[in-house]
Amino acid sequence: MNDTAQIYDQGEYNFAYLDEQTKRMIRRAILKGIAIPGYQVPFASREMPMPYGWGTGGVQVTAAILGQDDCLKMIDQGSDDTTNAVSLRGFFEKTAGIRTTYETSEATVIQTRHRIPEKPLTEDQVLVFQVPIPEPLRFLEPRETETRKMHALEDYGLMHVKLYEDIAKNGHIATTYAYPVKVNDRYVMDPSPTPKFDNPKIDRMAALQLYGAGREKRIYAIPPYTKVKSLDFEDYPFEVQTFDKPCGLCGAENVYLDEVILDDKGGRMFVCSDSDHCEERRADGHLGPMAASPEAGQFGGQNAQETAR
Amino acid sequence: MTPTNTSLAETTQTGAAPLAAGFADPVHDAQGCFRAVMNAMARPATRQLIPAGGLKPPAPLTPVAAAIALTLIDYDTPVWLDKPLMSSEAVKQFLRFHTGAPIVSEPVEAAFALVSAPESMIPLASFNQGSLEYPDRSTTVILLGQTFSAGPAVMLEGPGIKDTALLTTGPVPPVFWDQVIANNRQFPRGIDLIFAGASEAAALPRSTRITPQEA
Amino acid sequence: MYVAVKGGEKAIRNAHKLTAKRRRGDTSVPALTLDQIAEQLSHSVARVMGEGSLYDEGLAALAIKQARGDLIEAAFLMRAYRTTLPRFGYSLAVDTGAMLVERRVSATYKDLPGGQVLGPTFDYSHRLLDFALAAEDDGTEPEVETAEPRETAMPRVTDLLGDEGLMEPDPVTDEDTPVGDLTREPLSFPADRDLRLQNLARGDEGFLLALAYSTQRGYGRTHPFAGEIRYGEVEVEFFAEELGFAVTLGTIKVTECQMVNQFKGSAKAAPTFTRGYGLVFGQVERKAMSMAMVDRSLRWQELGEEQTAPAQDVEFVLSHSDNIQATGFVEHLKLPHYVDFQAELGLVRQMRAEWFEKRRQEEEETEAGSAAQEAAE
Repeated sequence: MNDTAQIYDQGEYNFAYLDEQTKRMIRRAILKGIAIPGYQVPFASREMPMPYGWGTGGVQVTAAILGQDDCLKMIDQGSDDTTNAVSLRGFFEKTAGIRTTYETSEATVIQTRHRIPEKPLTEDQVLVFQVPIPEPLRFLEPRETETRKMHALEDYGLMHVKLYEDIAKNGHIATTYAYPVKVNDRYVMDPSPTPKFDNPKIDRMAALQLYGAGREKRIYAIPPYTKVKSLDFEDYPFEVQTFDKPCGLCGAENVYLDEVILDDKGGRMFVCSDSDHCEERRADGHLGPMAASPEAGQFGGQNAQETAR
Repeated sequence: MTPTNTSLAETTQTGAAPLAAGFADPVHDAQGCFRAVMNAMARPATRQLIPAGGLKPPAPLTPVAAAIALTLIDYDTPVWLDKPLMSSEAVKQFLRFHTGAPIVSEPVEAAFALVSAPESMIPLASFNQGSLEYPDRSTTVILLGQTFSAGPAVMLEGPGIKDTALLTTGPVPPVFWDQVIANNRQFPRGIDLIFAGASEAAALPRSTRITPQEA
Repeated sequence: MYVAVKGGEKAIRNAHKLTAKRRRGDTSVPALTLDQIAEQLSHSVARVMGEGSLYDEGLAALAIKQARGDLIEAAFLMRAYRTTLPRFGYSLAVDTGAMLVERRVSATYKDLPGGQVLGPTFDYSHRLLDFALAAEDDGTEPEVETAEPRETAMPRVTDLLGDEGLMEPDPVTDEDTPVGDLTREPLSFPADRDLRLQNLARGDEGFLLALAYSTQRGYGRTHPFAGEIRYGEVEVEFFAEELGFAVTLGTIKVTECQMVNQFKGSAKAAPTFTRGYGLVFGQVERKAMSMAMVDRSLRWQELGEEQTAPAQDVEFVLSHSDNIQATGFVEHLKLPHYVDFQAELGLVRQMRAEWFEKRRQEEEETEAGSAAQEAAE
């Protein structure tokens, strides 16, 4: 009896939802991705019980690697409690019955959309990214037939021209997220729509990074300690976003912040996008200006233009 | 049309030799084995314990190699066997029954290759190297019977390796490391290697740069 | 003190409860039964089976009920279910020539073997709202004339044309190159006609309709004639290895459309008629016809034509035909994007600041310039 028939005899879905044949197919793609860092491996992405664009690639990768002893952390926008993170975490709790956590350091597998946790990841962790558009050249050349040739020939002139035009027009590169990188000195890769703030984290990261794009049917990977360079020019080096103020709640600096609008008079505050990091810091006694007094860290509408960057 | 394993079971069970069992727990044994292989591929030179799930495959197939085969191979992946494996009906029956994989005679057609006598293996260049446009369409070569203490060490550098790492494995043919170096030079094309030992496995993706060490 | 937003889990749970309530609507109105949907909304059921890529009228009816009549959502439910089903193999190609025909029309011949069979159709009906339907249904069956079963075979129009050599022959089946299956292998380009047809058969009716229409309006004209549209039952056969012969699994209803198109001929091939092919589950003629027209348009390269229009662009058409993919990605914009938006906010603020700064400098320079000029005068 084949795997799937067996599952149906039991009258329920397989561990982590996917049938074993599908897992094997995805696992093979993951191994190829690891062996060719930054290269997008085509895979026969399955229809999943959540819509394309809502994490089907990440979910398939996670389902293919997850074991009974894993502990899963699921984040979206850096937070464990955003609606789709809640939904996807529930999916794995239901179909795999595994442990889940909000704590970055406790997780063995972390699936994310748009952020990388602030706390450095370890060798024992795997970071799975949900990817909407895996092709870094897509918005310069929409045809896969063309971009495939460019990757084959390592012909990234188009990308450099685009970045250089940015500089000529704006005086700086006008890309703030999904900022292209070159992996292992070979493939230009889209790090998924994480803010470029997170780009330095993927360079020589101790954890294995797996990227899954379900609708576009591609898987790619960055092995641990792999050199990942954000594209730039000698006279215009790559820079990350900076924030003028610390997190309003935990006072953290050099972290990525969400801007929260407090009222209709321009009142706003900035808080950690990584909600677990923020809570852990507050539990450790760090307090930001807003945590102490609501007015202290709030900057009014007239000064709003100074607040970012 | 792909025959289901059900129909295969009926035909093979009429054969003389009893068929060796597959994974005791197909779902979780395969998952455990895959994670070990994934970690091996992601961290070249590290040795990963392969949970072989009590497999007792017919010789010269080994439990670790059989576990890897059952984890990764199925009817979508043509398999090439070296001579000792190819000449064992029991091995072929075991692989056909448990994986449904077509067994091919041309190494260039293979998604996976199993090599039970690595010391006399064919050149790595005989396998599918993938193309520049689809470098993933290459063969993954699994070397059986590896001992991780024998043979000269090679120094590894590249993705998955923090600085440098040493790998010692054998038996491999004398020209082997030169072939692996040539394999790396054609990156992103090239084959990937899995070294299957008695209880562990190591891997060498095409991305790893090799420097032979003086013995 | 500000507290970070929490409660996603509870919000989702409650939203789903509310959806269930809204789906049921006023409970003093009887609930829809699946039989009612399958029997009385058969065009919806057919569309959901086709785009959901799973032939099961009962499940399609359930999906339509669950999706509150949202047919793309229903097709999505079918796809997600379909992907979990065990796969035992591939059926043999259905023989539409042996179809138990309920409707068959040809626009190219006044009469032909087997005749024209109008069958069930909206064609030639006057689109006047039938207020009688609004009244309670008394359960009486509408009167229809019954005819004797046809004795004669009903060959396909394209086969009739083929006999004269006027029509390009059917593609030859090659046992060694199995038909592709894009549910097992990701679509790659160039895509052969087998994959193109599979993609179109699963594709969105509206998308194909618009593309087909665009070819009629001159964006890659193909001179189509509706050679034949037939709808009816065909047998699905499966070759059982262990038996050594084919067994019938059941029957399905399909609509087949063969468009007959002009072909001027090339250096290699004599002028002849070519065709576009459409085949869909159930009676969905609009989709079958659109599919046939788009199929023909996508064959421009093979037939040595010029590519000028969107409907001819294989990568464009095949990459955007799937409404499950399309709706997922369009609707994913509802998901939180705070992080990226924050990054963009920062950038736009910076670029605005730079823009104003630049303008200020320019104004200063102009003022300084005119002041200097005034001074000189």
